[in-house]
Amino acid sequence: MSETGAKRALERAADAATASGGKASASAEVSIGQIFLEFLIIGATSFGGVVPYLRGSLVTKRHWIDDKEFVEMLSISQSLPGLNATNMAILVGEKLHGAKGSIAALIGICLPGAVLMYIVGMFYRVHGDHVWVTAALKGVAAAAVGLILSTVMGLSKTSLAGKFDFVFMALTVIAVNQLHLGVPRTLVVVGILAILFHRPRKDEKKGATL
Amino acid sequence: MNQIPAIIRVFAYLSLLTVGGGMAAFPEMKVLTVDVHKWVTFQQLIHLYSVGQMAPGPNMMMIVAIGQWAGGMLGAVAALIAFFGPTAVLAFVVARGWKKLEKWPWRTSIQQGLAPVSIGLLLAGCFTMAKGAISDVETAAIAVGVLLILMRYKINPALLVLGGAVIGVISFMPK
Repeated sequence: MSETGAKRALERAADAATASGGKASASAEVSIGQIFLEFLIIGATSFGGVVPYLRGSLVTKRHWIDDKEFVEMLSISQSLPGLNATNMAILVGEKLHGAKGSIAALIGICLPGAVLMYIVGMFYRVHGDHVWVTAALKGVAAAAVGLILSTVMGLSKTSLAGKFDFVFMALTVIAVNQLHLGVPRTLVVVGILAILFHRPRKDEKKGATL
Repeated sequence: MNQIPAIIRVFAYLSLLTVGGGMAAFPEMKVLTVDVHKWVTFQQLIHLYSVGQMAPGPNMMMIVAIGQWAGGMLGAVAALIAFFGPTAVLAFVVARGWKKLEKWPWRTSIQQGLAPVSIGLLLAGCFTMAKGAISDVETAAIAVGVLLILMRYKINPALLVLGGAVIGVISFMPK
């Protein structure tokens, strides 16, 4: 308990040092190189979804952030546009080393996958119409649909509260797929409705912090 | 013809729609990259997206492949920066400001309100993709199989997508 307390105090001191704009005392701070390398490793090894790898690396292995911070940053990442993986890189990078930390983390996590998909794209362009590639990709695409559905199911279990959330979810799907309203208009219209529905109530003054 | 400005415009716009995940932008991505600019066909878009699920890192790196097709090496870099730049700046600004908003009651409202909408957008993207990816009993069975396995067991999803490739070769090769 006291150990985490001390760590927190140290982190706070580091934050304060960064915020005040000075070159923070190097002892408490994680270097740009370390941040880049750690996110590069995550970017190169996180097969099948980045979030568990982020947690394993940043919380369990490096102790750069604690579990509570991780969950909070993840919930911010999910409410913002942008992928969870890159938003987390920005948030964690910012916490560890300000703007430069964010940039190092972002480039690190993107680089391996980007290079790989560049090569895959070139390969697919040349060999994409071979019979065995077409056959394999038909199976891959079907499996990917199952994967997205499971993501939707998982998120529904953890972040939907009550019947009305399912109504908002259904409205969103209908607006995009049936009414062809387009994603931006749907996001604004249904988003505002849902936010107003979840507006702060007087009786729960000390709003439950997520 | 120089496609770079169009690549930057399209991917910067798409990036702002990825609330909840990359799939949220998929319906718009289909319209812009397939129907409007004709950089890829719908099948190619689905294939690239699906293959991208096996790659490590952020799961929308297939945009690099689209950028490369549309505008070469420079196109790939342009797509990458346009797709991740705007949301990165936004996340950075929010990271700085969010702590100060801790007492702001609407903060929770926004998080709670956006949750069902972002899940709905993922589902809508999934349906858009399913229109092209699920074409017969076999593909439907693969999708349902993957869903059931993932709901039941803790297994790396990338392995299941790879498994889809194997089943694909076995089931869909012309005899």
